[in-house]
Amino acid sequence: MAAPPAIELAGLTRRYGERDALADVTLTLPAGATLVVFGPNGAGKTTLLRVLATLLRPHEGAARVLGRELPAESWAVRGRIGLLAHDPLLYRDLSGRENLRYHAALHGAGRERAEFLLDAVGMDRRADEPVRFLSRGMVQRLAVCRAVLHDPDLLLLDEPTSHLDPAAAELVVPLIGRASARTRVVASHDPAGGLAEADLALGLRAGRTALLGPAAGVSPAEVGALYR
Amino acid sequence: MIRVALAVLRKDLLVELRTKESVPAMALFSLVTYVVFRFGLDRTSLEGDLAAGVLVVTLLFAAVLGINRLFVAEREQGGFDAFLLAPVDRSALLVAKALALLVILVAVEVVAVPAFVVLLLGPAFDPAALVVLALADVGIAVIGTLASALAVQTRARDLIVPLVALPLLVPLVIATAHGLSPLLSEGGGGLDAGWLAVLGLYDTVFVLLSYAVFDFLLED
Repeated sequence: MAAPPAIELAGLTRRYGERDALADVTLTLPAGATLVVFGPNGAGKTTLLRVLATLLRPHEGAARVLGRELPAESWAVRGRIGLLAHDPLLYRDLSGRENLRYHAALHGAGRERAEFLLDAVGMDRRADEPVRFLSRGMVQRLAVCRAVLHDPDLLLLDEPTSHLDPAAAELVVPLIGRASARTRVVASHDPAGGLAEADLALGLRAGRTALLGPAAGVSPAEVGALYR
Repeated sequence: MIRVALAVLRKDLLVELRTKESVPAMALFSLVTYVVFRFGLDRTSLEGDLAAGVLVVTLLFAAVLGINRLFVAEREQGGFDAFLLAPVDRSALLVAKALALLVILVAVEVVAVPAFVVLLLGPAFDPAALVVLALADVGIAVIGTLASALAVQTRARDLIVPLVALPLLVPLVIATAHGLSPLLSEGGGGLDAGWLAVLGLYDTVFVLLSYAVFDFLLED
């Protein structure tokens, strides 16, 4: 039997007050595939990720994530989702190691997993420094560790390699890149790079779908047009 | 739930130990308030109803400072999102925050109560007063956590906390002051079981109420 789609959206709408942040978004993403989301600032990319993460409720339409209806069955998919947002979700006055141990406790993950990840992103030697003393790139590496700490089935990534130098970006590829073999939704402003590692491309403009199709059939120029 | 609540509690106490944002400010506020009362009332020693009132009101206003800060790190550093993404019982956050506030209140009282005895209290301090204060602390911790969770979602957090918490805490203040009054009097009586029962009942009602509504406060 074929695996159910990882994400199914039908007419998804989400408002902030009177303004539609997302309007009538419909798509299906198979399990294990990568969706790249493009769009100018304020287009609805972050809102889409937060709805998929169960942090925001849809106001209209239907959303199924990992086979569960949102928001009714949100409880069933929390813990299977890893969110890497603009905010690293780390406490500034705790060290990287303390932060990861705290998140491991929330997710029932072992401390060994935290140590493995710190080593994998090259942060094991700076892991005991308070997060507020670390550079933005180092914080982003810790945020990657936090997002994959519980080995999630679905990764929601908002410009995941922002603030990372090329070497650090290479380090996180096995964890959050295509090689991680997870279903991924990636918000990106890099048309060529984003399309290269995606199966499906979604372009948003003012919350509405302006572009949707297999990534292989979308050109960087079409993505660039979203920003003009 | 216990495991998660303990993890959140440990994290909160660690952050307070590092930042020292709440306890020192609350303790200092208490000391300054005693000095103000001393000059405001033009009395060098207090006893009975007046002593109980001054002690309770001072501790209550000091508590408001801690209540205001209870969820700030969750709000400003993404703690709410991280917690909501975890497959855990949301009530664990209520339990952890109430326990954290309780620990903070006790830590403040370790300084504030002896200071009150030295600076203002006329009669000898009856240790039975600690029982009354402990019951009051439980109520302040639970009601404060509820008010703080409500207020942290708003822009006017510093205003909303006292506006929501203080009216809910008035019955607790009345019961605590009445419970403390005989214990802070010269040759006064012992513990008043009636007022202790009122405090215990009020605490129980708000523990149950907070448990029932806390999930909804975290909803989008």
